[in-house]
Amino acid sequence: MSLLTVSDLHVWFDLPNGRQLHAVRGIDFSVAEGERFGLVGESGCGKTTAILALMGLLPPNASVAGEVLLDGENVLARGEESAAPRRWREIAMVFQGAMNAFNPVRTIGDQIVEPMELHDVAEGKDAMRRARELLDVVGIPGDRVTRYPHEFSGGMRQRAAIAMALACKPKVLLADEPTTALDVMVQAQILELLISLSNDFGLAVVLVTHDLPVIAQVCERAAVMYAGIVAELGTVDRLFHDPRHPYTRLLFAATPDLYGKDDVASIPGAPPRLDRELAGCPFTPRCDRAFSPCPTVTPRLLEVEDGHVAACHLNDRAIEAAS
Amino acid sequence: MTTAIEAVDAAESPVEVRPGLLRSKVLRQPQTIVGLSVIAICVAVAILSPVIAPHPKQQVGPVFAPPGGEHLLGTDGGGADMVKLLVAGTRVSLMVGFAAAIVSALIGGAIGLASGFFGGKTDTVLMRFTDYVIVIPDVPLMIVAAALFGRSLTNIILIIGVIYWTTTARLIRAQVKSVRERVYVKRARALGAGNSRLVGKHILPQVAPLLIANTVLLVAYAIFAETFITFLGLGDPSLISWGRLIENAFTDDALLNDAWWAIVPPGVCVAVVVLACTMVGQAMEESLNPRLSVGHLSPRRFRVRPVPPAREP
Repeated sequence: MSLLTVSDLHVWFDLPNGRQLHAVRGIDFSVAEGERFGLVGESGCGKTTAILALMGLLPPNASVAGEVLLDGENVLARGEESAAPRRWREIAMVFQGAMNAFNPVRTIGDQIVEPMELHDVAEGKDAMRRARELLDVVGIPGDRVTRYPHEFSGGMRQRAAIAMALACKPKVLLADEPTTALDVMVQAQILELLISLSNDFGLAVVLVTHDLPVIAQVCERAAVMYAGIVAELGTVDRLFHDPRHPYTRLLFAATPDLYGKDDVASIPGAPPRLDRELAGCPFTPRCDRAFSPCPTVTPRLLEVEDGHVAACHLNDRAIEAAS
Repeated sequence: MTTAIEAVDAAESPVEVRPGLLRSKVLRQPQTIVGLSVIAICVAVAILSPVIAPHPKQQVGPVFAPPGGEHLLGTDGGGADMVKLLVAGTRVSLMVGFAAAIVSALIGGAIGLASGFFGGKTDTVLMRFTDYVIVIPDVPLMIVAAALFGRSLTNIILIIGVIYWTTTARLIRAQVKSVRERVYVKRARALGAGNSRLVGKHILPQVAPLLIANTVLLVAYAIFAETFITFLGLGDPSLISWGRLIENAFTDDALLNDAWWAIVPPGVCVAVVVLACTMVGQAMEESLNPRLSVGHLSPRRFRVRPVPPAREP
């Protein structure tokens, strides 16, 4: 059974002009213990919003619908009341740019201890000892707890940010763009760290990124998001080798090849605006294989093979036959 | 996950104590050392004054005896020894200075913190109130307040404190507003930290040095204010302070008697202590805010050398 199951998650934002922006428009995925799951998509497709919703950390103008089952219990059932006790203790997050979110005048140790104190996990010397252990776990010598953030390199600060997320022994770790702004070597080390955390401690990792090679290196399964929906979800292997949604295929074509054999193709156009009702498949205007039902009929998420789903009419025999 | 992470054994090493950045940086400046020594001497004199100069008001010689001989700085209009009077006056002047500065730091700090941290309506109300206090003319208000509430030491301290907190409040508010928006404060909030923790652990440590530096500067203002309030005859009549010495000299017609020694020494004392406080306060402020001093990236700081001659192969 899955540790984390997200079903039909929606997030809306109230805009100052009275409209509503439907940022996440019903997404489903599940992550098992020790599994590494990726969420990919271009900027503004709702990746970050979706995982912030899992944490219950959305701004006041947001509203959420759907189910987030953590160990079989719905985190969103009673809003903050049901989200707060699980936040950090069961589901923790490394924020985007977390490495730059250290207080410069307090030691790294002090700051790793902070979530423990706030959630009554440990206090005083116990907490500091645990902070040391955590630094060891993420590959920083434990005696650096007394150091200040400016004495750490970017990669070390990112490791410390991961240690901070692990402070309350969570079961699920959400990592939002953990490798942006790091050079490739450090990036590879951080990804290794995430892999070993999930292997060694059975931590479920949800990795949010727009970087496909990162997903390929770390994750077993991934979901490709577009305009607030899951366009395609499956094992990374199938997504790479047998994409069943044109967006996935074009996205991979837009990633540079190591050998530079093929030209990098961009996808013309831009994602649709989400502050109005969308009809049909949101990818239609940019799709190279759009056909008659696409602008009007919203595609269902169809299982194309075991554990591999895609939301595209091309996979729907009934529709294809009708057109 | 739980057991595995707990199983990792970290070597027990003593937590290392790091030298305070502020301390080392401030103490290296000569002006701080001079200022601090002056303040330290004055504080020592103030504390020891009952021992060094008991019964300062006692008549020990002729009225307005010139300096020299038995009375190093002469005597005042009541025939009391000027040195003793100055020593005794140090006590009250410094006490008023420090106490009033602390009062205004507390009021200004609290208002600035609340205003900057909560923002919105709280900010508007508190800042408009601050503006209101700023535009009230200080001296007339002090005279009225001293006349209304009586001429006691506590009243003087409170009056000065209540008038001088406005700059502190504005300064602290600006700093808090800037700190509040920093990422680590947002992070702490996302971690579940409440307002008191955010203020206590993340905002105050960033604001406190500024508050301390400002308070030291306020001590100078407060000592000066005490002097002129007392000179205007609104101080506690039973206590000797530098302001009172000047006032006494004035009422006893020291100038008509050419007794400059009754007026100049207390004035010099005030000037020296005010200068010392300003020096220390500015040195602290400067080291806290690197932008005040010449940038360390200044083009004038690095030197250009001639290119070394190419070595013969």
